[in-house]
Amino acid sequence: MITIQNYRLVDSLEEAWTLNQKRSNRILGGMHWTKMSRNPVNTVIDLSRLGLDQIEESDEAFRIGCMVSLRQLETHPGLAAYTEDAMREALRHIVGVQFRNTATLGGSIYGRYGFSDVLTIFLAMDTSVELYKHGLVPLNEYAQGGFERDVIAHIIVKKSPAHFRYLSVRNSQTDFPVLTCAAGVYAETGSMTSPENDPASPALLQADCQPGYAPAAAVRLCIGARPGRAILLEDANHILKAPLTPDAISRFADYAATQVPTQSNLRGSAQYRSHLVRVLTRRALTQIGGDSPC
Amino acid sequence: MLIHVNLNDKPVSAEIAPDLLLVDFVRQHGCYSVKRGCETSNCGLCTVFLDDRPVLSCSVLAARADGKCVTTLEGLQEEAAEFGAFIADQGAEQCGFCNPGFIMNALALFRDNPTPSVEEIREYLAGNLCRCSGYEGQLRGILAFLDWRKEGAV
Repeated sequence: MITIQNYRLVDSLEEAWTLNQKRSNRILGGMHWTKMSRNPVNTVIDLSRLGLDQIEESDEAFRIGCMVSLRQLETHPGLAAYTEDAMREALRHIVGVQFRNTATLGGSIYGRYGFSDVLTIFLAMDTSVELYKHGLVPLNEYAQGGFERDVIAHIIVKKSPAHFRYLSVRNSQTDFPVLTCAAGVYAETGSMTSPENDPASPALLQADCQPGYAPAAAVRLCIGARPGRAILLEDANHILKAPLTPDAISRFADYAATQVPTQSNLRGSAQYRSHLVRVLTRRALTQIGGDSPC
Repeated sequence: MLIHVNLNDKPVSAEIAPDLLLVDFVRQHGCYSVKRGCETSNCGLCTVFLDDRPVLSCSVLAARADGKCVTTLEGLQEEAAEFGAFIADQGAEQCGFCNPGFIMNALALFRDNPTPSVEEIREYLAGNLCRCSGYEGQLRGILAFLDWRKEGAV
């Protein structure tokens, strides 16, 4: 169990950032995961007084405070409308309402947990992390690691026109998922290129460092709980064309199953997970259906 | 550190350690209905209301309750007895250890959604584990309670 020497309800992000430069200090999210750690903490930093528990919606984007609870996300009408209920589907299986009333978006994103439904759905959207010192960082870059001593202030989701579906498999209700799958099919196509420095996984998207980066790919397929942290897959071979046909979806699902690395743990074998990648990819894209713009 | 909490409609001020959990705070102040089950944020036994929202008190620092209202089953006796009778009528539980957390979250459900469907009931209460039963008795009790309340409203 965690032990805490001091509790600090900060008055500003600057104060939080300054305190967070000490490795023995820690920012509190919902504290569900933090509580399980064995490390003694000198000072826990509470951002609760900074007004970061709001979801702001404009015509262009959602600006979501880091202290917004998973329950707020789950029940937000604007997010439900934009994601076609994929947001609710991603969150409603996480433990229980009581848990989701206190678990925070900032904590979930900061943790980059392998099992994270939250990371999976947000990666499928056009999401950036607004850090106090580093400014806007694309979520896909943030998810690779780093920035541990900075402070997440907001999560920004651009309302790029898209269709979304979210699916997960669990061995039992409220357990960690065996696999998560989020698909975003975007109206615009463009220049989502493969990283030159990763020839072993040419289709896997890595960081894009440009602030305001827009994922112009037709499809953002995100697979999590592999059991490693969620990753994005692009349609590098342009298998999917408008309209989405059952044959093209099936071939893309086969492609995804070969490209997404999976491993075994107590919840499922790598082979089973790769099978699920194929099945969930096919189901998600089939549900999005033939009226998608890609 | 000093905190001021409205616990079951009574003001409580206390000097606490920074890492005191809310479950321990309320038990120190006589609210023994609130129990530790799993202590990994999974079982729902420690459910209390924090400013009227159900939360897991095993995973909330008491410091975060400063200036807020905390409600436990002890503060909802009338409401809890009314609903609990329907659970008892079904013989839904064996050991009863999960009962306070279950009742708290069921009351939260009824406040959030006065006329839930079976699917909505199952989803809202998924975070309340009962290791004796298969949940069917509790579900029957909830539906009977909702029917009774609906008839009373006519």
